[in-house]
Amino acid sequence: MTVTERRPGRAELPPGPHRGPARLGAAPLAIACAGLAGATLVAVLVGPVRLPPGAVLAELAGRLPGVHLRSGLTRQEAAILWELRLPRVVLGGLVGAMLAMAGAAYQGVFRNPLADPYLLGAAAGAGLGATLAIAYGPDTGSWPVDLLPMAAFAGAVAGVVAAYALGRSGGTRSATTLILSGVAVAAFLTAVQTYVQQQKAETLREVYGWILGRLTTAGWREVALVVPYALVSTVLILLHRRLLDVLAVGDDEATSLGLSASQVRLVVVGTATLATAAAVAVSGLIGFVGIIVPHTVRLVAGTSYRRLVPLSLVGGAAFLILADLVARTVAAPAELPIGVVTAFFGAPFFALVLRTSRRVL
Amino acid sequence: MTAVELRGVSVDLDGRPVLRDLDLTVPGGARLGLIGPNGSGKTTLLRAIAGLVPHRGQVTIGDAPPGGLSRRELARRIALVPQIPAVPAGMSVTDYVLLGRTPYIPYLGTETRRDLAIVADVLDHLDLGGFAGRALDSLSGGERQRAVLARALAQQAPLLLLDEPTTGLDVGHQQQVMELVDTLRRDLELTVVSAMHDLTLAGQFADQLVLLDGGRVAAAGPARSVLTKEVIGHHYHASVRVLEDSGGGIVVVPVRPAVAIEPERQVTHEQPA
Repeated sequence: MTVTERRPGRAELPPGPHRGPARLGAAPLAIACAGLAGATLVAVLVGPVRLPPGAVLAELAGRLPGVHLRSGLTRQEAAILWELRLPRVVLGGLVGAMLAMAGAAYQGVFRNPLADPYLLGAAAGAGLGATLAIAYGPDTGSWPVDLLPMAAFAGAVAGVVAAYALGRSGGTRSATTLILSGVAVAAFLTAVQTYVQQQKAETLREVYGWILGRLTTAGWREVALVVPYALVSTVLILLHRRLLDVLAVGDDEATSLGLSASQVRLVVVGTATLATAAAVAVSGLIGFVGIIVPHTVRLVAGTSYRRLVPLSLVGGAAFLILADLVARTVAAPAELPIGVVTAFFGAPFFALVLRTSRRVL
Repeated sequence: MTAVELRGVSVDLDGRPVLRDLDLTVPGGARLGLIGPNGSGKTTLLRAIAGLVPHRGQVTIGDAPPGGLSRRELARRIALVPQIPAVPAGMSVTDYVLLGRTPYIPYLGTETRRDLAIVADVLDHLDLGGFAGRALDSLSGGERQRAVLARALAQQAPLLLLDEPTTGLDVGHQQQVMELVDTLRRDLELTVVSAMHDLTLAGQFADQLVLLDGGRVAAAGPARSVLTKEVIGHHYHASVRVLEDSGGGIVVVPVRPAVAIEPERQVTHEQPA
């Protein structure tokens, strides 16, 4: 039995333009990429030492294979560009992209608009890991690697694994059970973290600073740490974005359509967790990005995850680069915690989009 | 050819038996109506056929070996329209109907031109072409039910399971949906198994009825033999009158034992002076 067999030739007809499914489309992605490029350029140029835009563009282009350009930047300016500004901008972009993409992915697999990358205990686990490293960790000044990001990464992954194990221990695999397990695990880990903090009161300031998020220690080392996770998680979640649309009808209907909802959830949550843990490890807990960016994209470009995931990826990168620019410039030479900036500027912007859009989340 | 065969099928939900040792054979091309009081096991039976609940006993779909079909293969052979389908906010009708192609699209792949052509064809067939770009949650109840049917048709499954397909629809839309299902069944040579609350509709749109009660088959056969005052009274605990319409169809009318209307509670409507 086929529907098309009764109408010879119909199956060969290309669908009309109004019939097409939610594809990404070149225009929205081009606009998002242009926004990202603009944010990157501005963030690279602005700082205590202003760099000339033309020279910076020439310097960047000069590094492309086969291009030979003299930028005219002094050695000091070139060092500021390559050793200070660029790694920080790239890291901010990577962290923003990972958090926004993971947020969109979590919202998809849990069918919950309030889901964010920290939903299943990643934040609480990373917080505990970081606090333990700060409070009890050895002095790693002479070590080739820093203990703090590793502890935060391990804590984030352990938190989510614990939530997943708890969520499945009762035999049920529903998304709601998993979310509630995440709440329980997060509450427990936060309680332990608070206890450790109280025991080691001298660490309060450092732990608090970490929790508010920071990109201040950024260098190429942190970028190198994040890139492998970013690549793997981006590829896997992009490949799963059509399946996130299938999950929108719920586990039961998705199963009747031939899809194992729990399998998709496991893969996507695992992948998004790796991305989140890698981001948290190098930047602390930067809140709000995983919620505000996907929802803003939803309001502008619709709810299909085919568009939502790639646009959140690019939008998240641009958003965090700009947030970091604000964090390091408005109170210069002091820096604001980036988590404060993402919430302070992100919330009114989100409210504006919410008011002006007629779309439904 | 047999479309579905159940042998000794039992289902327990939360430790409570919902289906008990059920035997049922549905021939290909049949239109079978599942009736029975609330909690009798109609939905669970549909879900057991669709492989959505663990069961004991044997469920055979077509000529496939019992239990030998993967989830994807099952979805190519069985399309289930749930009683209350999820309506993802903001999803377009085209995207929604395209979900029906899931069992044909590779796990990490994307739809082909053929998938899109089938979706376009289904939309045309169900007069949904004008709604293709509309958000599913902006449609009326009748239009939405047609979109849900369209998604099921996009699965190109020979067996269509409908769980209360007329829930929430007015009497006109109930008839339209059931007529549409019947037309599709004939045109596409489908086998249709529908769980139904409305006994009159069940009698009109099914060749055979199976009455479930307490997870067992309490009665089975053509409408005329199942929809009797005695059978319905016994299993539904209902007072009904069973009539025959001019076309020979069975009409089940609930009746209420005569109750005197108390005069002081009578609603009156007086024109103002």
